[in-house]
Amino acid sequence: MNKATGAVFRARGLTKIYRMGDVEVHALRGVDLELRRGELVVLLGPSGSGKSTLLNILGGLDAPSGGDVWYEGHELTGADDRALTLFRREHVGFIFQFYNLIPSLTARENVAIVTEIAANPMTPEEALANVGLSERLDHFPAQMSGGEQQRVAIARAIAKRPSVLLCDEPTGALDSATGVRVLDAIERVNETLGTTTIVITHNVDIARMAHRVLHMADGRIASSETNQARVPALELRW
Amino acid sequence: MTALQTKAWRDLVHLRGQALAIAFVIAGGIATLVMAQSTYQSLEGTRARFYADYALADVWASAKRSPDALAERIAAIPGVQTVQTRLMASATLTVANFDEPVRAQILSLPKYGGQPQLNKLYLRSGRLPDPEAMRETLVSEAFAEAHGLRPGDHLEATIYGHRQRLDIVGIAISPEFVYQIQPGATFPDFLRFGILWMNTRALEAALDMTDAFNSVTLRLRPGADTAAVLDALDAMLARYGGLGAYARKDQLSNRFLSEELRQLATMARLFPTIFLGVAAFLLNVVLARLIGLQRDQIAILKAFGYSDRTIAWHYVQIALLIAAVGAVVGVAGGAWLGSLLAGVYRDFYRFPFLDYHLSPAALATGVAVAFAAAAIGALQSALRSARLPPAEAMRPPAPERYRPALFERLGLRRVLSQPARMVLRYLERKPWKSLLSIVGLALAGAIMMVGRFQGDALEVMIDSQLRVAQHQDLSVDFIEPTSRQATDELRALPGVRRAEPVRSVSVRLRFANYSYRTGIVGLSRNATLRQPVDVAGRPIVAPSHGILLTDYLGKLLHIGVGDRLQVEVLEGRQAHVEVPVAGFVTEYIGAQGYMDLDALNRLLGDGDVISGALLALDPGERAPLYDKLDERPRVAGVSSREAQIRNFYGTMGESLLFFTFIAGVLGAVINFGVVYNSARIALSERGRELASLRVLGFTQGEVSRILFGEIGLLVAASIPLGFVAGWVLSWVMATGFESDLFRVPVTLRSSTYAFAAVTMAASTLLSALIVRRRIRGLDLIGVLKTRE
Repeated sequence: MNKATGAVFRARGLTKIYRMGDVEVHALRGVDLELRRGELVVLLGPSGSGKSTLLNILGGLDAPSGGDVWYEGHELTGADDRALTLFRREHVGFIFQFYNLIPSLTARENVAIVTEIAANPMTPEEALANVGLSERLDHFPAQMSGGEQQRVAIARAIAKRPSVLLCDEPTGALDSATGVRVLDAIERVNETLGTTTIVITHNVDIARMAHRVLHMADGRIASSETNQARVPALELRW
Repeated sequence: MTALQTKAWRDLVHLRGQALAIAFVIAGGIATLVMAQSTYQSLEGTRARFYADYALADVWASAKRSPDALAERIAAIPGVQTVQTRLMASATLTVANFDEPVRAQILSLPKYGGQPQLNKLYLRSGRLPDPEAMRETLVSEAFAEAHGLRPGDHLEATIYGHRQRLDIVGIAISPEFVYQIQPGATFPDFLRFGILWMNTRALEAALDMTDAFNSVTLRLRPGADTAAVLDALDAMLARYGGLGAYARKDQLSNRFLSEELRQLATMARLFPTIFLGVAAFLLNVVLARLIGLQRDQIAILKAFGYSDRTIAWHYVQIALLIAAVGAVVGVAGGAWLGSLLAGVYRDFYRFPFLDYHLSPAALATGVAVAFAAAAIGALQSALRSARLPPAEAMRPPAPERYRPALFERLGLRRVLSQPARMVLRYLERKPWKSLLSIVGLALAGAIMMVGRFQGDALEVMIDSQLRVAQHQDLSVDFIEPTSRQATDELRALPGVRRAEPVRSVSVRLRFANYSYRTGIVGLSRNATLRQPVDVAGRPIVAPSHGILLTDYLGKLLHIGVGDRLQVEVLEGRQAHVEVPVAGFVTEYIGAQGYMDLDALNRLLGDGDVISGALLALDPGERAPLYDKLDERPRVAGVSSREAQIRNFYGTMGESLLFFTFIAGVLGAVINFGVVYNSARIALSERGRELASLRVLGFTQGEVSRILFGEIGLLVAASIPLGFVAGWVLSWVMATGFESDLFRVPVTLRSSTYAFAAVTMAASTLLSALIVRRRIRGLDLIGVLKTRE
């Protein structure tokens, strides 16, 4: 049924409340959302607007407090940990602001840690070549620049050929020139592999590369707009 | 190797200091386990093989004089397979270049040559005596070694007053005398007591006993009813002055060996449990910290689809790798210690061979136990890593909740400096971790104390037995009960200041269903040279009616003061009498009864006799007195109290030092493991905090004080607890060692407490110095810039 409409993700009335120490945080206050196959969506919004929480729920990292989420006709809400683990393992690639590489592993090994458990992965070398890091295979995270580390993170995310790529502030810790190269890599994955991609950012300029832009505020999707003319990542400046 | 395994290795390399400290604690546990277990197995295996190959008897009995013909009737007792009769005599020896009295037990070899059927001899060197030769003798190896005797050397022996020269033709080891100890003694004295084997004819002549025997040993058929055989044998020997038959389990040498094995088994349980408990705790703490530091890495792994189980297993693997290092070092160390311990045992227990070997079973147990301990330690942390929700793991942890510490809440806030408050709040926020650290440190101290406990306890045993309760210089035993006049004759000898009579009688004591074979010592009313003492160390004089029992014997027989004890005398007229228990004496060695000499003689009804005397001597040369005593035909043997004390220090010194040293090292290993890991974790958890303080202008010293204040507080709290734990551990060991052969008093000298406290402090200081180097290396800018 979703295939007919082309929707990969469908979410209805998502809410999320969690506790940080003694504080109760209402991260999501009723989010409805549909994402189509191959779409590149940019999620804009200030800090604390619920972007990361939404992304985590879509990626099966977190469970909503209310509402439901469907992926390709499978309900993620209520799925047990085992099912969510399998979902992530088979379908989802993640990229985070702080790269989150494992410091004790080299670039190649950081990718291998994913390819080793994936069904139909690229080789780590192939994935790293995709992000232009063939020369840095045996470097440890501490021996690489931030941009290089983030590209390793991208290689790691795409190496399993995921159907969904979820990027949480992928350029947040990078200067603009490096950020552009990283976005270019994400864009190419979206185009060549047809990976449904969500990019979280609070950088408005990045929104210009998206098919669709969602604005989040205060735990809700405030607005949604479709870019009539997309700007290639390499032409972005900020 | 998978990428995750690579990560495990690299994490381990990164944690190497802490991992090694834990590995060494594990190694300590495994080493004690492997040492105790492999030594146990080696000793037990060697014993079993020696007993089987050299036909150790199942039953022993002695009598005054039984006709040889009785052997045939004994053989007909149902269950008896082999009968070996022999002659047994005690003697005093004169050994070249040794002017103290030496006692010997002499056993006969078969009349027509060859090995006896039971209790065969292993010849270390030389040959068996020629059956025709009257002066040829074998000597026991321990005795021969102590005096440097070899085949071809000579001895002077006085057997029942007949002095004769003996030619040593061989050095032998017997399964009967693996532990060569004089009956009634606490420690073996290889210089002053030996076993000799001679031809039957030679002993017949010396004892004036032809076609008769005074000792018999039996081998029983498998499944024979030992108790029934003992009863039948006792009945047969009764009219020939039988002294009561006993089975292998009560045979002296075998009993000591069994006790030793029991102690090893206790050690194999107690020490490894402590070490591995501490190691599990340390692993728990270190992994908890590691997982705390790797929250984001765990989240990533989960985000990419690693299952909870895989992640939990990953952290368990790190623990197992540490355990593997511990197991390798522990097994190697245990094998080395085991071979050293076997060396110590070789001096005490005389086997033809004591092959120390590390059995695959001991090795496998060591490795398995190491892994089990590590897995237990890792489990909680690993499960927590598994339960960590991936999304939450991506966020930095919520700030730790602190609150004013108990001290502050009690209103002591003003007296505490800011750093002191930090330390207290930190300790109080993790009460379990703090408490377990204190317990771990206390156990380290306890182990050091236990290492010295044996020495302390033996000192008290010697003191109580040989200094407080006994004051004689020499004790003289007669061949058989003798008129009391013998005391007067001894008093008249040159150099004798005082002589007091004693009578020892072999008895079986019964009360209700309990019975025990021992001796009753009769002392004269005004005895001063031997005075049994009560629990407070005050001398007790046996009343004219009633018997005093060693307190432990009272427990064995379940008898109280006023109860009537049945006494079956095992010699002379074999009287069966009843006597009320008048009180208990405190003794650490042996278990026996004391009576007033006159009362004892009245009870036994065999006249006013004594079996020996205690002598106090004038200071001066003793050799002439020894010669005079040797010449007296009724003197079976002479022993010197002072020599016993000297022998104790000589014999036990080395093995006590061994245990003190091992326990000291092991305790220090635990102490270091706990302190070093606590410091490293505190540094890791509070690196940012400490670096911030440095940025704010705190000196290295001030920052160190905060870090070490915490550890110092833990160590300070652990020392008194360690004293208590050391006492309790000593009590557990003492209880484990308790037997009718000896009881170990739970006494620890103040020097032992001091030793533990000082070693703890020194070991703490050492680990603090190592960690302090890292405080110097705190990256002030870097620490503040990185995300927690």
